[in-house]
Amino acid sequence: MLKTLHEKQGIQLLFGLLMGIVFGFLLQKGGATKYDVIIGQLLLTDFTVVKIMLSAVVVGKIGVHFFRSLGMAQLHPKPGSVGSTVIGGLIFGVGFGILGYCPGTMVGAVGQGSLDALFGGISGMLIGAGIFSEIYPKLERSILNKGYFGELTWPQLLKKNHWAVIIPVAIGITALLFMIDKFA
Amino acid sequence: MEWLMMERWSPYIAGIGIGLLSWAAFLFSDKPLGCSTAYSRTSGMIERLFRGARVEAKPYYKKFAPSVDWEWMLVVGVFVGAFLSAKLSGQFQGQWVPTKWAATFGNTPFTRWIVALVGGTIMGIGARWAGGCTSGHGISGTLQLAVSSWLAVICFFIGGIATAMLIYNVLS
Repeated sequence: MLKTLHEKQGIQLLFGLLMGIVFGFLLQKGGATKYDVIIGQLLLTDFTVVKIMLSAVVVGKIGVHFFRSLGMAQLHPKPGSVGSTVIGGLIFGVGFGILGYCPGTMVGAVGQGSLDALFGGISGMLIGAGIFSEIYPKLERSILNKGYFGELTWPQLLKKNHWAVIIPVAIGITALLFMIDKFA
Repeated sequence: MEWLMMERWSPYIAGIGIGLLSWAAFLFSDKPLGCSTAYSRTSGMIERLFRGARVEAKPYYKKFAPSVDWEWMLVVGVFVGAFLSAKLSGQFQGQWVPTKWAATFGNTPFTRWIVALVGGTIMGIGARWAGGCTSGHGISGTLQLAVSSWLAVICFFIGGIATAMLIYNVLS
């Protein structure tokens, strides 16, 4: 039943929009669409962003894997390599630190009226994506596949049942959140 | 309905809400939440306006066609949702220079605009280079326990923290 729903393109576009509205609403209410909050996270003076991300990961992880065990959901882990994930991640980080928004929260920032996000961040991001599409063939031949490890997940790497990873990681993240709340 | 008009919710409530939303995304749309491919698609659509259909033959746009898809609509929704949230709490306001930036580097829109443009460009290259952003890797990928996403999000924060510290503690 869910599979036929996934194939209905029109409904899926509407679902995308509706889920986006909820996502944007939560990001704005949580404070993550604000430059001051994001840069505060990167300067390690405000832990709002990490609190949002980690609590989303704990809740999301348990539910998504639960539905997967019931055969109702499928995972889509992204493939990775040292050349793409590490180098790309560090480049992203430099841009993130300069801009003070990330690709999603930036759109939310525009929604709350931040003009630097609209005219600076979004325009820049589109230029950056355009540059990447231009240099992609060259990068693909040279660097993106260096140290390729594919769509690997932690349970596969550690050769453990996924719940044997999920539960300790959930406990670890929860403990970390308590510590952040207490000391930061 | 007073809670809808509040200026801020606890970050844990927002986070738990996003976690629940990711259940819905996997169940009803078979998709992880993510934002950065929408920029590639939009960039392709803009390029197509100037250079025509041959843009679609570019290898990168063969992977991510310049067209509207679920994730593109998700990004439109983020804009709408944040607007509704800000409007309901009375926070919606046009602002060129964020408060913290203004306190350190002054209130000139031009400076902030150039810096945001440069930062956005670098982030755009990095997001596509790494194959995802703070949502796609940072939330959706890590919750799937993908090794690539844990590695990516660690690199996002290493790069981000180092750069923000450099800007605010050394250059200011």
